Amino acid sequence: MTSLTLPALPALPKRYRPASVWALYAVGLLPGLYAFYLGIFGGLGADPVRAFEHLLGLWALRFVCLGLTVTPVRDLFGINLIAYRRALGLLAFYYVLAHFTVYLTLDRGLILSSIAGDILKRPYIMLGMAGLLMLIPLALTSNQWSIRRLGQRWNMLHKLVYPVLLVAILHYALSLKVIDPEAAFYIAVTTLLLGYRLIRPKIMERRRAKRMAAPRT
Amino acid sequence: MPHYHPPKIASSEITPKSLYMRRREFIGAAAGGFSAMALGSQALAAPLAAKPSIYKLDEKLTSKEDVTTYNNFYEFGTGKDDPARNAGSLNTRPWTIEVGGLVAKPQVIDIETILKEIPMEERVYRMRCVEAWSMVIPWIGFPISAILDRVEPLGSAKYVAFETLVRPEEMQGQAGLFQALEWPYVEGLRLDEARHPLAILATGLYGETLPNQNGAPIRLVVPWKYGFKGIKSIVKITLTEQEPPSTWNRLQPSEYGFYANVNPEVDHPRWSQATERRIGEADGLFGGARINTLPFNGYADEVANLYDGMDLTRFF
Repeated sequence: MTSLTLPALPALPKRYRPASVWALYAVGLLPGLYAFYLGIFGGLGADPVRAFEHLLGLWALRFVCLGLTVTPVRDLFGINLIAYRRALGLLAFYYVLAHFTVYLTLDRGLILSSIAGDILKRPYIMLGMAGLLMLIPLALTSNQWSIRRLGQRWNMLHKLVYPVLLVAILHYALSLKVIDPEAAFYIAVTTLLLGYRLIRPKIMERRRAKRMAAPRT
Repeated sequence: MPHYHPPKIASSEITPKSLYMRRREFIGAAAGGFSAMALGSQALAAPLAAKPSIYKLDEKLTSKEDVTTYNNFYEFGTGKDDPARNAGSLNTRPWTIEVGGLVAKPQVIDIETILKEIPMEERVYRMRCVEAWSMVIPWIGFPISAILDRVEPLGSAKYVAFETLVRPEEMQGQAGLFQALEWPYVEGLRLDEARHPLAILATGLYGETLPNQNGAPIRLVVPWKYGFKGIKSIVKITLTEQEPPSTWNRLQPSEYGFYANVNPEVDHPRWSQATERRIGEADGLFGGARINTLPFNGYADEVANLYDGMDLTRFF
């Protein structure tokens, strides 16, 4: 990737980068914390558990989508946000974890027999579980040490995020009675993000070819 | 299993906890409420007299706030709060119901005639949504038989078909690019189901005429069936010989049957129907754990014999 010459764009000075990443974590966790606060004080409507559970799931999906937007934005617009991708991925993981915890406790009341039956019988619950399980190794290896240690295998491992997004959107769509406009929006976004990965090798190749053909100055 | 025990405390004396817990919202809602009033008086419920009936429950009523702000009425959008937000535009007067088909005396009945001539009763029923949540609602209404007797069904009539208003200019879910269902919303009952004393046409709830979002001016309530059978804002009732189409069955026959009897043993293909969450039971986020769903929504003693000899896993 470093062989690509990106158009120079105004970027945040490097010294502010760690602070801006921490700011992203803080801002990213706000919707969940605020919903929890609202839920406790009766501000989440008639079925607060369901509203809270769904909101956490939706934010998880949003962060997975945002994380997968980093590469296309860099390829197509020359804006490099790679410094924020780990935070976006981990935020997604935290929201999935919270979503699952609310399902187990507030929704299912920790009645294990009902939970086990639910997971085994319902395709959409199984898909959600699969997404959570696939996210665990990604979260555990989201650190410099793992990247150094795993080398190329780290890249391979983190391609798991594509099936994660796929099962996440299926989990969402299958839980609905009808595909409403909001779900249709996320299905479209998912299709774009995953579809881009299919055509990306071609785009990159064409660029490389163009650059080779261009006279060197 | 307890059925129809008289309430120990008059429902009017209880401020539901969920309502109390949301007292702060009313301050905000009041401001919004005044502007809503200015928009259209049609949206406002009027007192509706009803005599008490034997159909009561010793279960806590779901608050009026929850009953009137959290429901499905896809004609006004697919969100649970869309009906309350968008139904103010519906004009429910004048309103007539065309009753025909296999009847001796087909007629067009005005809603005012119904309200004037048919005695209204209060019916406190459980309402179980196919999405696995439930409420306890004090409806006002009358047995469907009161209408059927006026038109005198012929011997060949086996089913009763119902149809909702189609008026895209007042029902925004029926207009635009995204429309969730095929309109009009249609539903049906077998004639003996429709004749059952528990099955009512409701014209009010909580002592007032129906708010638009709950299906004004007249809707079906069949407490032993999933809520989607309770077709709203009815304009047409037709007696037929063949089983009439029903909206959700037409959309996805593998998931929604014509009968749609509440049955914890027969799951929705994508989720369990064994348990439900009673709306308003949770204290904020806590204490809202699920309760077990009862066969025929707790009305098995009254209605199970309607389905004697039927395989309920096939006729779901």
